[in-house]
Amino acid sequence: MSVTVRDQPGVLVRIAALFARRAYNIESLSVAQTHEPGLSRTTFVVSGEDAHIEQMQKQLQKLIDVIKVIDHSEGPYVDRELMLIKVAVRNPDDRVEMRQIAQDFRARIIDVARDALVFEVTGDEAKTDAFIQQMRTFGVLDLIRTGRVALPRTASRHAANGGTATGGGAGTDDRPATRSRAA
Amino acid sequence: MNGAAAVLKALERQGVTTVFGHPGGAIMPIYDALYDSPIQHVLVRHEQAGAHAADAYYRASGRVGVCFATSGPGATNLVTGLATAYMDSSAVVAVTGNVPLSLIGTDAFQEADVTGVTLPVTKHNYLVKDVRDLPRILAEAFHIARSGRPGPVLVDVPKDIQQAAFEGDFDVEIDLPGYRPTVVGNARQIRRAAEAIEAAERPVLMVGGGAQVAADEIEAFTRLTGIPVITTLMGIGAYPGGAPQSLGMPGMHGTVTANRAISHCDLIVGAGLRFDDRVTGKLSRFAPNATIVHIDIDPAEISKLVKAHVPVVGDLRDVLPRLTELLGPLELGDWWKQLDAWKASYPERYKTDKPLVSQEVIALLAKETGGDCIVTTEVGQHQMFAARLFPTNRPRTWISSGGLGTMGFGLPAAIGAAFARPGETVVCVAGDGSIQMNIQELATVYKHQLPIVIAITNNGMLGMVRQWQEMFHAQRYSEVYLADSNPDFAKLAEAYGIDGYNVFDRETAAKLVPEVLGRKKPALINFVVYESEKVFPMVPAGAGVDEMIIGDQEADEAEGVPA
Repeated sequence: MSVTVRDQPGVLVRIAALFARRAYNIESLSVAQTHEPGLSRTTFVVSGEDAHIEQMQKQLQKLIDVIKVIDHSEGPYVDRELMLIKVAVRNPDDRVEMRQIAQDFRARIIDVARDALVFEVTGDEAKTDAFIQQMRTFGVLDLIRTGRVALPRTASRHAANGGTATGGGAGTDDRPATRSRAA
Repeated sequence: MNGAAAVLKALERQGVTTVFGHPGGAIMPIYDALYDSPIQHVLVRHEQAGAHAADAYYRASGRVGVCFATSGPGATNLVTGLATAYMDSSAVVAVTGNVPLSLIGTDAFQEADVTGVTLPVTKHNYLVKDVRDLPRILAEAFHIARSGRPGPVLVDVPKDIQQAAFEGDFDVEIDLPGYRPTVVGNARQIRRAAEAIEAAERPVLMVGGGAQVAADEIEAFTRLTGIPVITTLMGIGAYPGGAPQSLGMPGMHGTVTANRAISHCDLIVGAGLRFDDRVTGKLSRFAPNATIVHIDIDPAEISKLVKAHVPVVGDLRDVLPRLTELLGPLELGDWWKQLDAWKASYPERYKTDKPLVSQEVIALLAKETGGDCIVTTEVGQHQMFAARLFPTNRPRTWISSGGLGTMGFGLPAAIGAAFARPGETVVCVAGDGSIQMNIQELATVYKHQLPIVIAITNNGMLGMVRQWQEMFHAQRYSEVYLADSNPDFAKLAEAYGIDGYNVFDRETAAKLVPEVLGRKKPALINFVVYESEKVFPMVPAGAGVDEMIIGDQEADEAEGVPA
């Protein structure tokens, strides 16, 4: 789910407080500014039943600083996450093998030390998970993931999803109750 | 002009004439500016009371209620009042002082993170960081508070902002791209609602607090269709309690007829209500056969608890007339026969074999006023008795804390209502427990000689808790006994300069009540009533509305009650 918000002090607190207050569990959250001045975009991953997700969407929309809420699972979307992972180099052979795996995953080595390598991996969650799995044999020293960010694939869905609270009640008109949720 | 004067100027431009508040260090510049302002300030004796009074001011008048408090403890004292207003969708703007910007975050004297503390209990809040923003922020605060689903908004103004020179323009554009409430209902949905209503054989209209703005539209809708009307605690007055089409209140302490109607109906039109748990009881047993048409201005309330088959998002003042236009008189002969039979079998009844019981005191007040007054209540048994026996007939005249259930609300609410509708008699129905939670406001009542009659039904107990302990906690009466240490309420009133009476029997009550009501001045009547009275019917917490305990309301078997 993506939430476009006004860059106001405390807006992230409002979103976080809403999640806490309504007992919504989120798996990841990322936030950064957009290309439009004054607007930020928060992407978070949440799992739950349709009714639950819809309620969450409506509650988010009630926040005054929230401009737009998009539930990506309602249509085609692309998503990525970025991971930085530091792996121990215990003997020179490991280094060769790790480079090979990195190549297969199109991961980049962004820092080389005598006893460790830092990789940058971009992709969907399955890919980052698989990479971690591969690196476990060498010894994962540290890692950080951004959590997923996502965009709808078609241009039209921006307009279609813009502020369902404003469309003469259109947002609540019998929407299909059986949407599949990737999240 | 400084920031403080700008705050007052901005309030004036919003049409504010009355503010409830209490001064303190961090809001002194605003109180200084008040000295030169035409705005009337009502000095309450506790900030919580200021928030409740502002809340009731809105509920009684439809004009945004305003309260002031200082930083830290002043602002935190507002919290219960804001939470009460938030739960009952009441338009309040709270202005709080705060420590100077340079001290914020340093744990300064009387500093609290007020925007943080009030975040979950306000519709929105602001910390002002630039004096030039004041006109815009206050204009936005009022707009947010009163539009869409109303709610409280807090504006926190640091002291140095109040003192800063202000040379700005008050004609400001509000800038809220993320806030556009849906007012106009979707035409297709309204048509679907009309079709569902026409197809129904046993429909009911349920009105809630949102309907207080749309009493005329409800009247037109119900007169044309002949539909039976259920009024939630918050909806009392939006449809006249005494009207023949009224079935009374639903839910935990609702009438047998209203709850039976919910269980047997095939359609509910919910208008301006949120299907609160006290109304629905166990959700899976709520209106099992009914198509739900839910009309509300807040899309997030649709299908939150009760799934709406036909949702309509919009303002009742827009939706209801358009819906009425699509409908004609409904053929409800059989349904009404059933409803009338229930009504006849289960009239309001209570035993009067004791010297005095709460119900008869409240019924007496209803009789003597004809329901033609403003009623405020505290929270507890007396509140439920009043909802059933003393429902008012006009919108915005029934003022009670529904969602939050705030003891201590009733007396300050009576003050707010008295300022909102001067000249009207206000009856504050209270219990001996609740009244002591904001009893200090007797001073405010006295000072302004408000026409408030405080009627305490004093059973010497926290009656509702006692009732639950009797019924669900094996009669283990834990910490509910008040009689051994209650004050002499009549003497207490006299100490504040207010006429006070202790009444122990029905003869005195019958004589005194009309006399006191006729005087149109402050009075407190302490009715000492039977201690073990219970509110019936009752739907136990977690049970379905069809599982209500009827208790005292039980009809004689001979009457042949339809199941």
